[in-house]
Amino acid sequence: MTYSETDELLDLPPKVNDFCMTVSTINGSGSATSNNVLYHALFHMGIPTSGKNIFPSNIKGLPTWFVIRVSEKGYLGRVPYDDIIVAMNPETFLDDLTYLPEGGVIFYADHIRKPEKPRADLIFYPMPIRQLVKQAEVPRNLRDYMENMTYVGIVGQVLGINMESILYALKRHFGNKASALETNLKMVNIGYEWAEKNIIKKDRYFVKQLPPMEDYILTDGNNAGALGSLFGGVEFCSWYPITPASSLAESMNEQNPKLRKDPVTGKNTCVILQVEDELAAAGCAIGAGWAGLRAMTATSGPGLSLMTENVGLAYFTETPVVIWDVQRVGPSTGLPTRTAQGDLTMVYFLGHGDINHILLLPGSVNECFEFGWKALDLAEHYQTPIFVLSDLDLGMNQWITPKFEYPDCPIDRGKILWEADLDRFEGKWGRYKDIDGDGIPYRTVMGNQNPAAAYFTRGTGHNEYGNYSEDPENWAKMIRRIKKKLMNMCEVLPEPIFRNKPGARIGIIGWGSTDPALIEAQDMLEEAGIPVDYLRIRALPTCKAVRDFISEHDHTYVLELNRDGQMCSILKLEVSASYAEKLSSLTDFGGLPMTAIWATEQVLAKEMKRNG
Amino acid sequence: MDNTQTVKVERNLVGLSPVDYKGKPSTLCPGCGHNTIANQIQAALFELGVVPEMVAKISGIGCSSKSPNYFLDRSFGFNGLHGRMPTLATGACFADRRVKIIGISGDGDSASIGMGHFKHVIRRNIPMVYIIENNGVYGLTKGQFSATSDLGLELRHQGRNFLPPLDLCLEALISGAKFVARAFAGDIKQMRELFKAAFVHDGIAVIDVISPCVTFNNQDTAMQSYTWGREHESPIQDITFIPKAKEIIVEDFEEGSYREVKLHDGSTLLLKKINRDYDPTSKTAALDLLTESYEKRYLTTGLFYIEKAEQSIFDIFELGKDPLNRLPTERIRPDKATLERINAALA
Repeated sequence: MTYSETDELLDLPPKVNDFCMTVSTINGSGSATSNNVLYHALFHMGIPTSGKNIFPSNIKGLPTWFVIRVSEKGYLGRVPYDDIIVAMNPETFLDDLTYLPEGGVIFYADHIRKPEKPRADLIFYPMPIRQLVKQAEVPRNLRDYMENMTYVGIVGQVLGINMESILYALKRHFGNKASALETNLKMVNIGYEWAEKNIIKKDRYFVKQLPPMEDYILTDGNNAGALGSLFGGVEFCSWYPITPASSLAESMNEQNPKLRKDPVTGKNTCVILQVEDELAAAGCAIGAGWAGLRAMTATSGPGLSLMTENVGLAYFTETPVVIWDVQRVGPSTGLPTRTAQGDLTMVYFLGHGDINHILLLPGSVNECFEFGWKALDLAEHYQTPIFVLSDLDLGMNQWITPKFEYPDCPIDRGKILWEADLDRFEGKWGRYKDIDGDGIPYRTVMGNQNPAAAYFTRGTGHNEYGNYSEDPENWAKMIRRIKKKLMNMCEVLPEPIFRNKPGARIGIIGWGSTDPALIEAQDMLEEAGIPVDYLRIRALPTCKAVRDFISEHDHTYVLELNRDGQMCSILKLEVSASYAEKLSSLTDFGGLPMTAIWATEQVLAKEMKRNG
Repeated sequence: MDNTQTVKVERNLVGLSPVDYKGKPSTLCPGCGHNTIANQIQAALFELGVVPEMVAKISGIGCSSKSPNYFLDRSFGFNGLHGRMPTLATGACFADRRVKIIGISGDGDSASIGMGHFKHVIRRNIPMVYIIENNGVYGLTKGQFSATSDLGLELRHQGRNFLPPLDLCLEALISGAKFVARAFAGDIKQMRELFKAAFVHDGIAVIDVISPCVTFNNQDTAMQSYTWGREHESPIQDITFIPKAKEIIVEDFEEGSYREVKLHDGSTLLLKKINRDYDPTSKTAALDLLTESYEKRYLTTGLFYIEKAEQSIFDIFELGKDPLNRLPTERIRPDKATLERINAALA
């Protein structure tokens, strides 16, 4: 007996290492492990893969989808359709089917009722999951997990995923827990063997072993940010739980004891403190930064709204602090479990009065690591808050990414004066004096025993010596110097990444997690006869290279995940007026990662209109 | 004749004179209770022989929070945001644990906008002296009611206060504070002794100081005025701080009329009974006393509660004694081999 629906193979060419598979399950049913195992096994086979969890703001019961994209060409952005569906959730079954193209495949748990008149162009593989689990005599409390492990075996067998790679993935997941490994492996094997005997493959999708991706690792941006910060010598992190930023601090908590024991005393060298709210998260980090610790916090939009007053204090008192914003959809509570790039203008100008900030914009998991340690150096060197804007897609989803590289320069503590340094100033030391002409003053920190070390830090108007001042000229001088200090940073911040195409006259600009979609879109546009140069901005304020890019192209499209084109607006402010009209904004803001198809269609439509 | 007249300057244990503990001239109103507090902090630290560099002053916003500028010029200070002093103190305390933080706050700062932080910094038991300069009124914004203003208080432009006051000592007690006291700006000796004991306490020490606002809330009938305070103050003990090196001489006291409390650094607090015997190690006694004081309308002052903490926040985080803010790169950045192992584990 076979479980295939159509007896005839559809007349479609095979697709090898190029498809999108969505596992449709119920939140809280324990499918994360099985999905990660599938995903990791594909990576282990050397196939470029991305895994995205599209989940609700819910703990148990609502639909959730895990999307695995396999692309030999290395395109890792989201696609707006599925080739394969693993259906475990009866609630969404019918709707899930609408995302399948001709020849699409459905693996479904056979306790789910199939539509009476299914599309004839789809291939259905029913899976007797409950029966198999029952036969395996699994303890009741593990049944949900085992149901999920069963589909790993079945899907793996039908697509051609190596058992060896599945085993590798299981081992990585379960580590030393031998009994868990054994139970799960057993269930995968049951599914695999059942499929071998009972499924006649009729679909067009295959995976094939490729050379191993030796220079790559697999992880998420929040873990990378956490590791980058710990390698950056962070000494204090205060935080308050918020999706999608929590896992950054949690990951730090997990790694801290392993990574940050003082080699001299064996004691901890980093404090990670969950506090009462985001006001405290910012305040504690600023207190620590002021006292000479490398300090940070991690939050998302609503948390940043609460941190705003503190950010102004840090800016004006010139206190180093790093603030991660793992963006989600706003305004208000918005869509807490969906992704967006909607905090850019808020963060850039966060605070009241004359204020502006330095933003780092990682576009890959690897950059989350790199910017993790760089942000701490920049904060202390320039004595100002540094923001790192990640997002839910980058922060919480699994990505393949180049191996983390060890910091290529020593830790930069900036212009900090200790007891002996102060003697050089012969008592004329002033906390806010611009001695070097670079706008960066010298600072002392708590614990310095030199009687000339102390000064009084205040968020109110102060002169070069930190004393209270309401003098108009002094105020203007202070606020101008801070601006000068920040503007001096433009050319030392992470430079943009260029990806050029021969003969391109138009440009596209993106930032952050949309990078994979834009790389793919650039190739699609080239195929459509419109070569474009692609520039990815990695920091704000803008540097000369970005302004040159805009001036050198006939027209440039800025693509991003927010309603009003926030990056485009900032660029229009920062390029000369004559170039501002060379910029157009293209925006997508439904809460899902950008797709290359969307980006390509948008640029094509605009270009057709522009060229009449 | 020798014209240089030798002025005998008083020196303390560490060879410093009272001048070394001074701050900038106060810009608060003459007669403000906060100036008395600033003076007594200076006096207490001078007498304790604390080096000013070993103290940091952190405050919020308001008249109270300006006052750290008026004492200990040689100590680091941070006048931050309204209500957020406890957060700055929490972060700063880990930088160099030899430095003791004095947090200065007011009733607006601690009982209203920063009430959450007040309770949570106590929960964390951050080693600091937390002083509330409590005058029952917003001074810097010119005379609005605060959350410690008495029920029925009448103020110009505000009318009559229709809400009951919060008692920050009660709030501190139920949040788990292990040193809770109240002082009155009209009773400087008691205040100074309490400051000394608070400074050597190993953990957070909360002192609510009734500190009259001579401009906006000093009517004779106001609960936080000098007159009302002098008429209604009911100290529970006569307090003497005895440094660890000094011998305790108690022969003046009758048997059973005093209690000795050993402090963290080896010094002793001698608490002489005034009206009745009071056990400052009983939290329920403290809660009863404060509840009764409000009902019977006494300004009860003294050390309400003291208890030794089992472990400090530094123990909990397993931190070393070397100042964290001075650790060199090689002690705070894992080595290259560690990163290679991480990369391998993520492959």
